[in-house]
Amino acid sequence: MSAVVVVGAGIVGAACAHSLSAAGAEVIVLDRGSVASGTTSRGEGNILVSDKEPGAELELARLSRDAWLEVGEELGRETLELEEKGGVVVAASPEALDALSSFAAAQRSAGVTALDVAEPRELEPHLRAGLAGGVLYPEDMQVQPVLAAAAMLEAAQRRGARFVAGADVVAGVRDASGRLTGVRTSAGEVIGADAVVNAAGTWGAQVSERLGGPVPVLPRRGFILVTEPLPPMVRHKVYSADYVANVSSSEAGLETSCVVEGTRGGTILIGASRERVGFDTTLDVDVVSTLASQATALFPFLERVNLLRVYRGFRPYCPDHLPVIGPDPRVPGLFHACGHEGAGIGLAPGTGRLIAHHVLGGGPLAPEVAARFTALLPDRFVQEA
Amino acid sequence: MPLSDLPPDGVVIVGAGPAGLACAATLLDQGDTFVTVLDAGSGAGGQYWRQPAPPADSSDPGALRPDAMRGLHHDLGTFAELRSRLEAGQAAGRASLLTDHHVWTVVAAEGGHVVHAVDRSGGPGRERAVELRARHLVIATGAHDRSLPFPGWDLPGVLTAGGLQALLKAGDVALGPRVAVGGTGPFLLPVAAGLADRGATVVGVFEANSPTRWLRELRAVAANRTKLAEGAGYAATLLRRRVPVRTRTMIVEAHGRERVEAVTVARLDASGHPRRDTHRRIEVDAVGVGWGFSPQLDLAVTLGCALTADASGTPVVQVDEWQRTSRSGVSAAGEACGVGGAALAVAEGRLAARGIVGASASDAETAGLREEVARLRAFAAAMHRAHPVPAGWADALRSETVVCRCEEVSAGTVRHAIAERGATDARQVKQLTRAGMGWCQGRVCGHAVELLAGGGSGSPAERLVSTPLPLGVLASRKSRAM
Ligand SMILES: Cc1cc2nc3c(=O)[nH]c(=O)nc-3n(C[C@H](O)[C@H](O)[C@H](O)COP(=O)(O)OP(=O)(O)OC[C@H]3O[C@@H](n4cnc5c(N)ncnc54)[C@H](O)[C@@H]3O)c2cc1C
Repeated sequence: MSAVVVVGAGIVGAACAHSLSAAGAEVIVLDRGSVASGTTSRGEGNILVSDKEPGAELELARLSRDAWLEVGEELGRETLELEEKGGVVVAASPEALDALSSFAAAQRSAGVTALDVAEPRELEPHLRAGLAGGVLYPEDMQVQPVLAAAAMLEAAQRRGARFVAGADVVAGVRDASGRLTGVRTSAGEVIGADAVVNAAGTWGAQVSERLGGPVPVLPRRGFILVTEPLPPMVRHKVYSADYVANVSSSEAGLETSCVVEGTRGGTILIGASRERVGFDTTLDVDVVSTLASQATALFPFLERVNLLRVYRGFRPYCPDHLPVIGPDPRVPGLFHACGHEGAGIGLAPGTGRLIAHHVLGGGPLAPEVAARFTALLPDRFVQEA
Repeated sequence: MPLSDLPPDGVVIVGAGPAGLACAATLLDQGDTFVTVLDAGSGAGGQYWRQPAPPADSSDPGALRPDAMRGLHHDLGTFAELRSRLEAGQAAGRASLLTDHHVWTVVAAEGGHVVHAVDRSGGPGRERAVELRARHLVIATGAHDRSLPFPGWDLPGVLTAGGLQALLKAGDVALGPRVAVGGTGPFLLPVAAGLADRGATVVGVFEANSPTRWLRELRAVAANRTKLAEGAGYAATLLRRRVPVRTRTMIVEAHGRERVEAVTVARLDASGHPRRDTHRRIEVDAVGVGWGFSPQLDLAVTLGCALTADASGTPVVQVDEWQRTSRSGVSAAGEACGVGGAALAVAEGRLAARGIVGASASDAETAGLREEVARLRAFAAAMHRAHPVPAGWADALRSETVVCRCEEVSAGTVRHAIAERGATDARQVKQLTRAGMGWCQGRVCGHAVELLAGGGSGSPAERLVSTPLPLGVLASRKSRAM
């Protein structure tokens, strides 16, 4: 049996602990804060296939979607607030509809269910009139990220995993051969391990440096608007087609295209902007106003609805906008599971399985499945250096 | 853009209570900048100098009404004077008072800050977005009532002590004749005295702490004789009206079906836990319970102003000897720097103004204000030490007692999140249970949840939006700018 230290108790660390403990590993999760105290509590809980173009990330999204349903089965959908509500992407203009349609066509060939919708108002009666059309993605789902992370971590603990809150990992401990044999916390405690998983999200670069295998993870700021609670008005996740262009963009500037969705609590979430401004925490009123005007343009009833709060988070992104998942070729014993950008919630359980596969040398995934994710390996950053 | 007629580089004061008004008046006297005072309320005065609604036939709706405010407001003379100086400034085109303007956020900008407010003066459905540039910003946002849950606290007729007093000050005395007042702190006395003076039967003031605690604070008391006299005045009223004052006693439950009908009070043991063998039931028609006040820190936190803890461990804005915060161009005065009463707020407001106009640190006036602030702060610290929340405040909570009223989260759910799910602060409890996610954004339950979670992590909730505003108002901002 191998002892695995997971650094970070966000959704990704929790999913890793969940998968690793299920596969029989002895797991210790360390977080400098507490469960979901990082980006996981700052995002929405979209589990999307709709926004991903064919490639390794879409594959991981599809693996994760199945894994989410299994997690829902195991821990109870209610516990996670997991809902198979589906997503509707709407296009305002015929040009946008063309772009959306060809995007959807490519996704279909990769196995995604994408249904053309001539009149989006039949699905969402409160949408504004006159939209050019849309696409329904029945596979899109939603989860409450903090509840999900806490529940997966608790499930791992029931299988014997340990969770230590308030443990800041400041360094790795290596043996003469250079193999990682544990981590050191700021309290000076050394925790031994056969493997260490870097699941530190937006702080993954810092942790990777501390552990001797640096990978580039940078912050991408986002704001989310939360309204007062209302009776159900928005049934699916609804977003405009320009989102599709934004997600895969690598321009430095601000991008906003809003996603509107209802939650269990009755509030409506309007997210989210994307900006590369480092860890700048200040509220940007223009960004927030832009989100509000996009949301009210889609759903005119929102004009009279009160904004109750705005929260912000910093998505962890790698320069090529793909997460980094797998063993570090420079430091035996070190594994990375970070850089999921705006999709870490959705991609978490698939990541957990992939990590269990890498760490335990086999585990839950068939080798041919694991082979689909070579594009996510840390090697790509090592070769660059 | 509305208000474009205002000079873009003046001083903007958020809050027209004692601190904000004093700051404005001094700025007008000493400096030559344009002064704008914003307040969410419909008139100047803040919580402390709250005015009753004018009589319907009034020719001057803004006129002070000492008759209606008898015994409720201290130092009305100061209020009248500060207000008339602001009015003179307005008449001279040097000042503007924007009431019904709730500041929802402030952001740093080139050469100062931009203050974003929602103007509600047009009534519901007619809110407007307003933006003001401030060369210098003064946070004088005061404090709000601190409440703690207990079984029955959500019954109609159960209010905070401040809420009860606000009803009185607003001239609404249509309360039931039998009233119980509970909690802790010197503020309970004027509330009870005001009620008794207006004909209510105050069945008791149930103060959780013992007056002997003040014996440890004699130095602060001796330096503040006016405070003593003020307290003695209320005590005399209570005595005259035969209002029993019970110390080391708290209201542990409110009973009733449609509305409150009775309360149970209990004596506290030496460690601050209510003793079951001392339960006593008293019939009442209304209840006011107050556990002090929480400084309103939303804007300061959003701006990243450094905070510090007051004598009770409550986070407050940290200021220097000119009331300047750690952010350049931002000062703070009054309860935001620690709850300490109107006289302290006035002194701090004046000092903040003198700092902004660049007064000399050595002039007599400044020295006098600093001395006054230090003296009153020492008294406030003594008050916080003498009136802590008792250790057993939550003993009476049942698992089904609602803690977060907006989201209907029970004490059992909160305790489960803490004991079983490892939540260590209010933010985490919120994420796991929704406590504090509703309309009031945790302003009511936040303190209780923090205490249940083991108390004072020291970092107050971050509220980037400090008051709800319609999305359409925000959206209109955008269409204007584009
Ligand atoms: C506005 C916004 C909206 C979003 N919407 C969505 C969405 O709808 N769907 C979706 O899938 N994703 C969304 N995301 C992205 C998603 O939130 C992230 O990808 C995801 O939370 C990352 O999870 P994580 O576990 O990797 O990181 P985190 O949740 O940040 O966890 C990392 C943990 O590591 C800990 N840590 C860091 N350094 C150390 C150290 N030295 N020692 C110990 N512990 C350490 C931190 O305390 C933290 O708890 C959104 C993000 C934002 C900002």
